[in-house]
Amino acid sequence: MTGVADPTNAPAANTRAASEYGPLETRLRERRADGRKLLVPYVTGGLGKDWVDVVRACAAAGADAIEIGIPFSDPIMDGTTIQEASQRALDIGATPVSVIEQAAGADVDVPLAVMTYYNLVAHMGHERFCEALRAAGIAGAIIPDLPLDELRLGGYDEAARHHDVETVLLAAPTTTDERLADICASSRGFVYGVSLLGVTGERTSLADSARRMGERLKQATDRPALLGVGISTPDQAAEAAACADGVVVGSALVRRLLQSGGPDEAQSFVALLRRALDAA
Amino acid sequence: MSAPARGDAVILDPPGPEPVGLGRFGEYGGRFVPETLIPALEELEAQFRVAWHDDDFRQEYAGLLAHYAGRPTPVTECHRLSERLGLRVLLKREDLTHTGSHKINNVLGQALLTRRMGKHRVIAETGAGQHGVATATAAALFGLDCTVFMGAVDVERQALNVWRMKLLGAEVVPVTSGSATLKDAVNDAMREWVASVQSTHYCLGSVMGPHPFPWMVRELQRVVGDEARRQCRELLDGADPQYVIACVGGGSNAMGTFAGFVDHCPDVQLIGVEAGGLGLETGHHGAAMTRGVPGVVHGMRSLFLQDEDGQVLEATSISAGLDYPGVGPEHADLGARGRARYETATDDEAVAGFQLLAETEGIVPALEPAHAIGWLAREAGRAVPTGSTVLVTLSGRGDKDAAQLMERLGEL
Ligand SMILES: Cc1ncc(COP(=O)(O)O)c(C=O)c1O
Repeated sequence: MTGVADPTNAPAANTRAASEYGPLETRLRERRADGRKLLVPYVTGGLGKDWVDVVRACAAAGADAIEIGIPFSDPIMDGTTIQEASQRALDIGATPVSVIEQAAGADVDVPLAVMTYYNLVAHMGHERFCEALRAAGIAGAIIPDLPLDELRLGGYDEAARHHDVETVLLAAPTTTDERLADICASSRGFVYGVSLLGVTGERTSLADSARRMGERLKQATDRPALLGVGISTPDQAAEAAACADGVVVGSALVRRLLQSGGPDEAQSFVALLRRALDAA
Repeated sequence: MSAPARGDAVILDPPGPEPVGLGRFGEYGGRFVPETLIPALEELEAQFRVAWHDDDFRQEYAGLLAHYAGRPTPVTECHRLSERLGLRVLLKREDLTHTGSHKINNVLGQALLTRRMGKHRVIAETGAGQHGVATATAAALFGLDCTVFMGAVDVERQALNVWRMKLLGAEVVPVTSGSATLKDAVNDAMREWVASVQSTHYCLGSVMGPHPFPWMVRELQRVVGDEARRQCRELLDGADPQYVIACVGGGSNAMGTFAGFVDHCPDVQLIGVEAGGLGLETGHHGAAMTRGVPGVVHGMRSLFLQDEDGQVLEATSISAGLDYPGVGPEHADLGARGRARYETATDDEAVAGFQLLAETEGIVPALEPAHAIGWLAREAGRAVPTGSTVLVTLSGRGDKDAAQLMERLGEL
């Protein structure tokens, strides 16, 4: 940490007004304060004509926020399920602008964050990207190949702060404690703890590293800390949420959508996740 | 060690310049990777920086280059080709190294680093299979586990190299996503690295990817250019060639070659030849320097073939090693600064170059450097004035391409 004050660790943090945070973080903090475990499903934008209905279904089934993937041709943090979904969405014409504009029409009472790769952001331009998100009412952005150092160097950070785009940073099992503190301080919305060494995709059980990741995050910050990558079933979600504030579930939902599932399928799966988290 | 040295010792020039800041070559380069990989890249950067200035490391590396890889490679004067083209053509003979291409220079250095970092496994991407074979070779030599990712299309067109890798004990994973060529092999190698980074080193095969790879691979290939500069001066009574030409896929043989001249010989014109595929006008090519736009892919900011949204396009080339829609960041910077020029040769011109070198000099080049020969044959007396002295890096030999060319050319 190079002299960057961590507002979440400062003694005054608890007395800050909620408006200090953007809509994504505000909502997640409120829900957490209600004693609720947080659920953030991931949906590939542009995957089928009814993908916005899928987003609405997730909201109706109890999501606390929703991640919308903007498909990229070379998603290096994604396993085969999300690769396939991205390719399918691209094949039927999804573009960054179309996904953002369609998401704007979702009209859900749940904060949205896009998840995409930096090349698409760089191509739109930092300003235009952030303006487009704001105009669409999208609160946050997750850009897994834009790590902390590059985020600060290239001017993205300034644009995001200027336009109040809450940019969620990822922490990994390999992240050092020193970097972890920096990531927690700089992240907005929540901190995304990568639960295992690997890319997105379903796993048969929760990785041992998930618990450790959750514990480290909870120790490092009071910003909402969610675990994601590899969390595949309601049981795994509950298990992961026990050591963090909540979970992100992507491939398990997207696989159902790829297997010709639509909004109904999404709604019932997200409801199952919700129930498991509420019962935990 | 098995193979005999060629007699001369391998001389390593002092380390070359480092990129600035977080791996920047001008506005290009950088380290755009998932957080999971950051500590490994930081460690690799630190280890390489120390090792590259460490006499013991350099001696061991130079010893491997001499006694295992068979360096130094000669510079061959091409009398009949020179007469045909009205030029004086010299070839830097990387085709004569063990495993048959310049790729071995890089992997021997990275294998030493892998051992130094206490890792026991290497993974690699490969296009033509030359880097995969070189990596599998170094893995066998050092007793490392080895997995090579190769586009399914390339597995098909480079069957001989797939077999060689397996013979050397490597696992070859065909990649079916995207265009099923080099770009997709890099994607899958990166994904595998995210999962195995604690035990595994990613032995990247060109001057691309996240920092420190573009710098490190250039340094491990600069022996090509440094040797060639000295050899040329010996042949040319102390003079330098006027043109130095190499083919550009990711750009490692070209960058290694250029490194020997770029600062030492400011008057030497550096020319990189990219895959023109079916012709630039068709849109089916691999010419990232010529037709690419800035972007951030595979961990680096550089030039890539992309659509207007930033979706990466598929490259097209007869040669698997040049079939890549991007290029290393130092080339992007050399091009931006006008220090090097980038040209293209089509599939047909590469095949013509392949045949020309075989017929005039008895040297069968790999299809990748055949692009450089093909371009030179086209431009002799035009962009390259009659009477010029030209050094071309012959990055590899053509055995791997024989089956593919036999099909294309038929009965000779
Ligand atoms: C013989 C040969 N030359 C050139 C290349 C292209 O790579 P680079 O541009 O990194 O030298 C390859 C890659 O497979 C190759 O095998």
